Amino acid sequence: MSLLTLDHMKTNIGQYAVLHDVSLEVPEGGVFVLLGRNGAGKTTTLRSIMGLWKPAPGTVRFDGTDLTGMHTADIARRGIAYVPENMGIFGNLTVEENLILATDKGRFDQSRLKRITTLFPALERFWTKQAWSLSGGQKQMLSVARAIVEPRRLILIDEPTKGLAPAIVAAMAEAFTEISREATLLLVEQNFHFARSIGRDMAVIDNGRVVHSSSMADFAADKPLQDRLLGLS
Amino acid sequence: MQSKSTYGTLAVKTAVLVIAALLLFAPFLFQDVRALEVAARICIFIVLVASYDLLIGYTGIVSFAHTMFFGFGAYGAAIALRQMGPGWDAVALGAVAGVVVSLVVATAVGLLSLRVKAIFFAMITLATASVALVLASQLSQFTGGEDGITYRAPDLFKPATKLMVDEDGKVARLFGVKLNGKLAAYYFVFFTSLALFLLMLRVVAAPLGSVLKAIRENEARAEAVGYRVVAYRTFVFCLSAAVASLAGTVYAIWLKYTGPDTTLSFAIMIDILLMVVIGGMGTMWGAVVGAVLMVMAQYYLRDLMGAAAEATANIPLLPDLLAPDRWLFWLGIIFILLVYFFPRGITGTIMQKGARA
Amino acid sequence: MDRISETLGRFGGVYLLPLILAALAFVLIGAPSSWATLTVAGLAMGMMVFLMASGLSLIFGLMDVLNFGHSAFVSFGAFVAASVLAALSGWLGADNVLLNIAALSLAIIAAMSFGLAAGWFFETVIIRPVYHDHLRQILITMGALIVSEQIILAVWGGTPITVLRPQFLEGAWIIGDVSIEIYRIFAFGLGLAAFIGLYLVLNRTRLGLLVRAGVENREMVEALGFRIDRLFIGVFMVGSALAAVGGAMWAGYETLITPALGGEMMIVVFIVVIIGGLGSIEGTLLGALLVGLTANYVGFLAPKLALASNMILMTAILLWRPNGLRPAVK
Repeated sequence: MSLLTLDHMKTNIGQYAVLHDVSLEVPEGGVFVLLGRNGAGKTTTLRSIMGLWKPAPGTVRFDGTDLTGMHTADIARRGIAYVPENMGIFGNLTVEENLILATDKGRFDQSRLKRITTLFPALERFWTKQAWSLSGGQKQMLSVARAIVEPRRLILIDEPTKGLAPAIVAAMAEAFTEISREATLLLVEQNFHFARSIGRDMAVIDNGRVVHSSSMADFAADKPLQDRLLGLS
Repeated sequence: MQSKSTYGTLAVKTAVLVIAALLLFAPFLFQDVRALEVAARICIFIVLVASYDLLIGYTGIVSFAHTMFFGFGAYGAAIALRQMGPGWDAVALGAVAGVVVSLVVATAVGLLSLRVKAIFFAMITLATASVALVLASQLSQFTGGEDGITYRAPDLFKPATKLMVDEDGKVARLFGVKLNGKLAAYYFVFFTSLALFLLMLRVVAAPLGSVLKAIRENEARAEAVGYRVVAYRTFVFCLSAAVASLAGTVYAIWLKYTGPDTTLSFAIMIDILLMVVIGGMGTMWGAVVGAVLMVMAQYYLRDLMGAAAEATANIPLLPDLLAPDRWLFWLGIIFILLVYFFPRGITGTIMQKGARA
Repeated sequence: MDRISETLGRFGGVYLLPLILAALAFVLIGAPSSWATLTVAGLAMGMMVFLMASGLSLIFGLMDVLNFGHSAFVSFGAFVAASVLAALSGWLGADNVLLNIAALSLAIIAAMSFGLAAGWFFETVIIRPVYHDHLRQILITMGALIVSEQIILAVWGGTPITVLRPQFLEGAWIIGDVSIEIYRIFAFGLGLAAFIGLYLVLNRTRLGLLVRAGVENREMVEALGFRIDRLFIGVFMVGSALAAVGGAMWAGYETLITPALGGEMMIVVFIVVIIGGLGSIEGTLLGALLVGLTANYVGFLAPKLALASNMILMTAILLWRPNGLRPAVK
């Protein structure tokens, strides 16, 4: 059974219909990549899963539970973490405070903390610095680290490589591969080369609809399809 | 908007026309002094509330400084009439001075607060208005302080002025109404109010009106389409301030007295808010309905409440709450309930009804 | 210019403003004893205003809710405390410090409890239905303010009420030729204690961490699994209770109160939160001290300008820093 199932999800923001018909099956484990042009509805899909926009009709099922209409906090408690496009870090809080906030009980599990500092050594260096003083890449690391402070089954990540230097993108790819051994990643990505390097399954959203869904290997092999759906040259 | 095509809209417009007709013939229909006071106050408050609606209803921002602009116009005329004697030159100078001061203050407040956060605007206008109120009562050599200023209006409006004379040299009567200066003053109030109201109707009907509505419905979108929200809001704030100021000038001429209680007080600001919410925001017609209902209530409902207080004299607290002085208590509750359940007010709610196929 | 502001920043940045203001006033006033008295008065007023304003600032910061009815809590606090003190006038007049303190504590506790209850009522009944709608929020809380003022008028009447002070807070200390009213010291101390308490809760506890994070990015805190709306009602109640305590202290400071008190203080409170920047108690404290000192200095130097002075201060600061001195929300 799929870990996450979106069944004809529609989302309106104000009076505007943004998602018309999004159906997805995200299997457990590995990295699932959502591709699509700017404004196609990728971010809205993640926000709708998280309950930050309320999908009108249609359902979101997570591990057999219907999430539709549930409060964002309750959705998070069921094991979904969210790394938004703007990273959503708390700039006035220190790195440590940002991370401890994400724990369920207010203290770190030492083995998980060790894992985070191994994945992102930079965070340990800036442990007591206020988060606004970090670089863009470090902020992204903090945001991802926050999502894995507690074990989560599904992690939604919105455009993690946007504006990052190539070296950091490579480190991110490594980290995501490592994280995906424990949790399923649903990744929104514009950078197709990055997506291809880590994705196992994928879907393309266009104009609020899922227009294609397959394994990454199949999609990567079909150059004309890529050109048609993504407008790559 | 679809509101144009409902029977409800037709009903509202008919009601407004009936009100206009009643106001036009008020001196002949209701021949007592108090009724004429009420009619003149209604005319002026329609303009005042409509100019406020321009701001709150069409841009969605709340100002608490509207009485300040009303006061600028009134004090402008009052001070000019006091210093220069009764004459049209004084009226004109006072009106212009009021409008200029209003425009300057409105621009300053708008640019200072709208630039950052619309929410600051409500707080800053409240602070500005209270400073204006304090200044008016402290600068007593200009403003007469708490006591205000009394002065004479232009000669045309003196009750002793005879507009037409019969054979005996006495003031002529038409349907039993003396054609004297008081009548002239009323029609001055009526026609200036009508002109200002029509001007505002024109403004909201023009392309500007749809821009304003776009800003209210969706700030981000309006910005994206290329309208400059801050500039527009400041412009509307200035426009509404200028009209309020002119309404103040007219009121000052009618009352022949200007003081903090008639123009600047926070109680009037609350009245305006109540009128615009009760009548219905963003329609212009709502201003007419709200002003008529509230002014009538102010003059006649208090008598009723006095009777109710006496009737419940034996019950604790209730007579205190029913006392005529406590009528704001009930208005406040009605206000809250309206905002909850009928945010469109009376006209807005009616206008939605009876959509034509 | 940059170097100056950098140097200033190292020594405390905007937190130096009250000191600069005090130094400037020292030069202008000339007489050290008057200056000392005014400074103490300004600090005391600032601390009382801080009590009233801190809740409003946090409430706005956390939920984007602007409560125009906030000043009703100030009024209610003042009148409830005045009534309790009047009822316990025997204890107050007694030459027994313990009885004095007991009466005063009861008055403050009464005001605080009233604030908690009224805050709960306001949040659940009045404001919750209009979250995320600023226009209706302003209108409804304004309506609630009107109703609250009318209730005060109906219960306590429109005539000024004399507030009794406990015996041990009457009088003044004379140090050299400087006279300092004891009540002012007490008001300052209480406000400072409240500030330190708030500061510790916000910076040393998990709850405070959630509040600070929520002020910055409510959505993200929810996405981490916390119900901000449930936290918010607590913050709202505490903020209301602080306002009521501020009102109670203010009643004792003025010794003669009218129902207009809330409206007058609302203006000052708004100016304070605008100057300080919304959402941070440090900013609110800074704004409150600036307003308190300015009001007292200007009241002495140019009495006619006293109220306008706050306005001028606000305009100047907004021109310099459009978001206020220390905003937590951008």
